[in-house]
Amino acid sequence: MSAVLFFIAAIGALVGAIGVVTLRNPLYAVLALVCHLVALAALFLLLRAEFVAAAQVVVYAGAVMVLYVFVVAYVGGGDEVAAGSSLRILGPLFALALAVELFIAILGSGLQGIRGHGAPYKLGFGTPEQIGRLVLTDYLFPFEVASLLLLVAAVGAVVLARRRRGLDADDAELAHVFSAPRPSYTGTIAEGVGVRRVLEQLEQAHGGVTELIGGPQPEKQMTPTILGTKDAKDSDGEES
Amino acid sequence: MALSWYLAVSALIFCIGAGGVLVRRNPLVILLCLELMLNAANLAAVTFARMHGGEAGQIFALIVMVVAACEVTVGLGLLVAISRRNLPVDVDELHELNG
Repeated sequence: MSAVLFFIAAIGALVGAIGVVTLRNPLYAVLALVCHLVALAALFLLLRAEFVAAAQVVVYAGAVMVLYVFVVAYVGGGDEVAAGSSLRILGPLFALALAVELFIAILGSGLQGIRGHGAPYKLGFGTPEQIGRLVLTDYLFPFEVASLLLLVAAVGAVVLARRRRGLDADDAELAHVFSAPRPSYTGTIAEGVGVRRVLEQLEQAHGGVTELIGGPQPEKQMTPTILGTKDAKDSDGEES
Repeated sequence: MALSWYLAVSALIFCIGAGGVLVRRNPLVILLCLELMLNAANLAAVTFARMHGGEAGQIFALIVMVVAACEVTVGLGLLVAISRRNLPVDVDELHELNG
């Protein structure tokens, strides 16, 4: 039974992998990779790696592939032109040589363990409970480093893919909304925590009067510069 | 099934991915082929974890998944930046880094 399941999953994984490499349309290549990942999750289950299989389906086939599909839709990758370079011939040859080498290594390996069916099964092997316990005890440091790496990657992706020129021409009519004159201290955190009242009392004590909407603005008005308007363009990482 | 079968599947997937990285020219498809290679390494790690009866290989596979997710995030961010500047989406044309 497990042999049948293994061959179904292995053929699915290999067909998916070949589909990723050969299909011309990037969207179809992404869908082939989804097929490949699901078949690989079945192989993980056959190897009693339950949590890894679940993570494979949820994280990879679920989240990462959605990201791919969105980027394919955004970039609109059409059919690519066939390459005329020498890599067209050398690439498959290199892959074939690598495959032959790896098969020689597997067949001629001195490892007796890979001839058998693995270590005897012990209860709880590969379950989320066991993996979670190991991650929070023996492998705590790699776990924390991985979380830091994810944070760095998320920040890096936002920096790479952000809009660099402030507002577009379509958003120009929105610019005056963002830079509309406001009374002092409104729309700030200081107002939210109630500092404004204290400041008003201070101003009135010194004879000043807080201006209202539409009136002439006091000198210390806080203009919003966080949103990248046309005025704030120069400070916004212009490319050379 | 003997565990060497799993290693053989892993080796084949790795070679397909390596060939794809060399042959294809669309950066998006190259990222997909990198995913194939990382998944082949994952399969080998999980196979050896089964062979030894310890979970270290499985945790290694999970960490590799995290690294692959980071790589995809940054790579796709680069791709979006490339397409926003109307540069050609082709690794043969993108040989200069001076944007």
